[in-house]
Amino acid sequence: MTGRIHSFESFGAVDGPGVRYVVFFQGCPLRCMFCHNPDTWEVSGGEEYAAEDVVRKILPFRKFYDNGGGVTLSGGEPLMQLDFALELLGLLKKEGLHTAIDTSAAIPLSMAWKAIDVADMLLLDFKAFDSALCEKITGRPNILEQEKEYLEYCQSTGKKVWIRHVIVPGLTLNEAHLKALGEYLHKFSCVEKIEPLAFHKMGEFKWQKELYKLSETEPPTENDMKKVSELLESY
Amino acid sequence: MNFNSGDWENTIDVRDFIQKNYTPYDGDGSFLAGPTERTKKLWEELSVLLEKERNSPGRVLDADTKVISGITSHPAGYINKDLEIIVGLQTEKPLKRAIMPFGGVRMVEQALEEHGYHLDPEVKKIFKYRKSHNESVFGVYTDDIRAARSSKLLTGLPDAYGRGRIIGDYRRVALYGVDFLINKKQKAKIKFDRMTMSDFIVRKREEINLQLEALEQLKELGNIYGFDISKPAKDTKEAIQWLYFGYLAAVKEQNGAAMSLGRTSTFLDIYAERDLKEGRYTEQEIQEMVDQFIIKLRIVRFLRTLDYDNIFAGDPVWVTESIGGVGLDGRHMVTKMSYRFLHTLENLGPAPEPNLTILWSTRLPENFKHFATNISIETSSIQYENDDLMRVDLGDDYGIACCVSPMRIGKQMQFFGARANLAKCLLYAINGGVDEITGKQVAPPYKPITDDYLDYDEVMMRFEYMSNYLATVYTKALYMIHYMHDKYNYETIEMALMDERMKRTMACGLAGLSVVADSLSAIKYAKVKVIRNEKGLAVDYEIEGDYPKYGNNDDRVDSIAVQVTKMFMNDIRKNKMYRDSTPTQSILTITSNVEYGKNTGSTPDGRKKGVPLAPGANPMHGRDTNGALASLLSVAKIPWADAQDGISYTFSMAPSALGKSDAERSDNLITLLDGYMAATGQHLNVNVLNRETLMDAMEHPEKYPQLTIRVSGYAVNFIKLSREQQLDVISRTFHEKM
Repeated sequence: MTGRIHSFESFGAVDGPGVRYVVFFQGCPLRCMFCHNPDTWEVSGGEEYAAEDVVRKILPFRKFYDNGGGVTLSGGEPLMQLDFALELLGLLKKEGLHTAIDTSAAIPLSMAWKAIDVADMLLLDFKAFDSALCEKITGRPNILEQEKEYLEYCQSTGKKVWIRHVIVPGLTLNEAHLKALGEYLHKFSCVEKIEPLAFHKMGEFKWQKELYKLSETEPPTENDMKKVSELLESY
Repeated sequence: MNFNSGDWENTIDVRDFIQKNYTPYDGDGSFLAGPTERTKKLWEELSVLLEKERNSPGRVLDADTKVISGITSHPAGYINKDLEIIVGLQTEKPLKRAIMPFGGVRMVEQALEEHGYHLDPEVKKIFKYRKSHNESVFGVYTDDIRAARSSKLLTGLPDAYGRGRIIGDYRRVALYGVDFLINKKQKAKIKFDRMTMSDFIVRKREEINLQLEALEQLKELGNIYGFDISKPAKDTKEAIQWLYFGYLAAVKEQNGAAMSLGRTSTFLDIYAERDLKEGRYTEQEIQEMVDQFIIKLRIVRFLRTLDYDNIFAGDPVWVTESIGGVGLDGRHMVTKMSYRFLHTLENLGPAPEPNLTILWSTRLPENFKHFATNISIETSSIQYENDDLMRVDLGDDYGIACCVSPMRIGKQMQFFGARANLAKCLLYAINGGVDEITGKQVAPPYKPITDDYLDYDEVMMRFEYMSNYLATVYTKALYMIHYMHDKYNYETIEMALMDERMKRTMACGLAGLSVVADSLSAIKYAKVKVIRNEKGLAVDYEIEGDYPKYGNNDDRVDSIAVQVTKMFMNDIRKNKMYRDSTPTQSILTITSNVEYGKNTGSTPDGRKKGVPLAPGANPMHGRDTNGALASLLSVAKIPWADAQDGISYTFSMAPSALGKSDAERSDNLITLLDGYMAATGQHLNVNVLNRETLMDAMEHPEKYPQLTIRVSGYAVNFIKLSREQQLDVISRTFHEKM
């Protein structure tokens, strides 16, 4: 079957362990305020590819990925095209490639679990550790709850998880929230790594001007990020 | 003196000495020593002079106007004699540029005038009676060569400057002492005799005579600085000093386009290991010698014209030093000295020279891979070339001349041939040999394409014809250039430090590979409409639809790039080469991609008139949209067999896109290098920089005196590039995935 793809990155060095091929899926139900890839939102955008063709694009690079790397499905929200993601993951697995899904848990676990089961690991975005704030950031209710469900599911199935959390001054750069998130995550043995990501505005140019609310927000400082790491790891 | 014995004791065979005596090092960099107070002070004093030089008109601090430079032309010169432990300058003062008029007295005069100096009338007078290389070449050039040259179909030919790219085996001076070398040359001369005389024999005898004179002068150069270098070096310090005298003699004699050092670090390590073992020197003392040696290499200077700067920007010398690699017996050739050389980038800070080049093998020790990549990430001052690929043809004692040109040390040289503009050649194919900018008939006239839309087969047929013509006129020019260079500007000391019988290559080159490949791909896979001016000349193109672009690991277009490379190489091979040299080609532009672009009309790939070509074998800026590896694999497909003078790829990446921590970045760069080399890529320049840093450096150059960036095959001080070239660097693809 075919899926809609935004773009490909053959040398992904920041989306999961090692050097990875990153497939950016087109389409996302969330409208995160700090999104740096708003061009991946629209479901009808991108280009259509058959799963086999995507694999064919990846295979020439495989010797680069055998040394602790692999393939990451990102986006957009890759699980929005669940069947396509499933087929792609299956084909990659058959090739012996390590796979990761970079997701915001925007799709209910009742559907997403199948794909999670096939992938080797999850890169799970925690948008904010506060329901109201999470809704404010993503424009959708219940996302934090779904993120938690995903994590609990991974814990129960022993799926490896890396948590990613974007640090935005004025939103998520909040000592109490970060402490609480750290404390919460600490209970999960499936969480191998917590990656705080510094908010940046390199994607601002892709936004419609009037919709972008963070023009005035400055990226966190190096010091901020150091403190964040300490807070998240204080447990 | 207890080295392991071998053939090297009886015949000149530095490789044999190295193989029988070197100690591979598998450890990490923790043994390294920092700079000594003496070195720090020396570097500080020099930094003041370097700043003064940067702020001088044309960035020339001082220039000689009287003394024709030669091996013994100048008295001893020092930066600060009390602080220097390795000595020797090109002239009597640091950064004072010498005049070397045998390449072309006109160019020397012009360069001096451009920088506010005037050539002494006495020197001018001498060249009334003695010809120089440049005027001799122009005296014999044919009309078709002149036409191809003035229309910029051929650019950068070494007909107005020293050809360079010859590496003397400077190690021989240290290992054998000059007397032994003289003795061997004298014996060799006797062998060049026959019952019947021939040009070949006479020339050989004449050349060896010149070499013998040069060796006598080399000894004298040692004397000027108070050293007797007639005998072999006795310890590390002497070995470095002797070797440096050999190199110094070369850069006093020749203003060559690239004056590379060779492969010296593992050779020198043999002395250092022995001295450490015997307690003669400490690690600190040895590092001090290396730091000071490298300081000397950093301040080699040549007087050059502004025209020259357009094609070779940033005042490069290409003191290329090749480090690492694996021996034919399977032992890697990384030694502690390999670390010490790279460590100078930490002790003295980043610098474009010497052009430190790692001969990369997937089998290099992991510790060294990490050490080198970490320094690369910090300084963007290192380039990588594929030892696993080149060792097959060149053994384990070759080095890189200039950027990407490999040659066996002391046993092989090349006739540097700059490059032909293949993008322009394609436009000539469409316009029937008429230049798209001047409207002049440059190539032999034939029917231009008159259809509104370009047809792939028709364009290819004409392109093949035009490539054949270009290769002919190009190799004719190179024949004449090198004939005259040998006659009027022979590299006596470099040749004296090489075997009498050696392999010679004719190093041709092509520019514009990615533009040509993309243009042909557009013609094949999209529709390309021709826009003609009032005279019917095709001057622009409109593309309808999309087409596969080189740099995305897409075989549809990559195969065109391969085909074009083979085509031009085969066309070159059809011609007779000077001194029966073996023709090769490089895919390398140095910084001339900007100049080439300026002189090339709009191309069928959508590139507009005047826009820079991509450097070397790089994909066109912004067209490689599948990330770095896709780009790398496209470049790796260019066949080494048809580009044995090197295939240059310059790669820039934001640190944040290379990994999240220093350790990750180093791991990822190693993965990238191992994979690229395994895929038979030949050369990789690695820049790990933020675009913002470069933009800031353009506005505030004073904040970035040592900011080094790798361009096609070499490194430059970013702030020494012209604004145009800076913008070109910034506009290139930066892999900075978000």
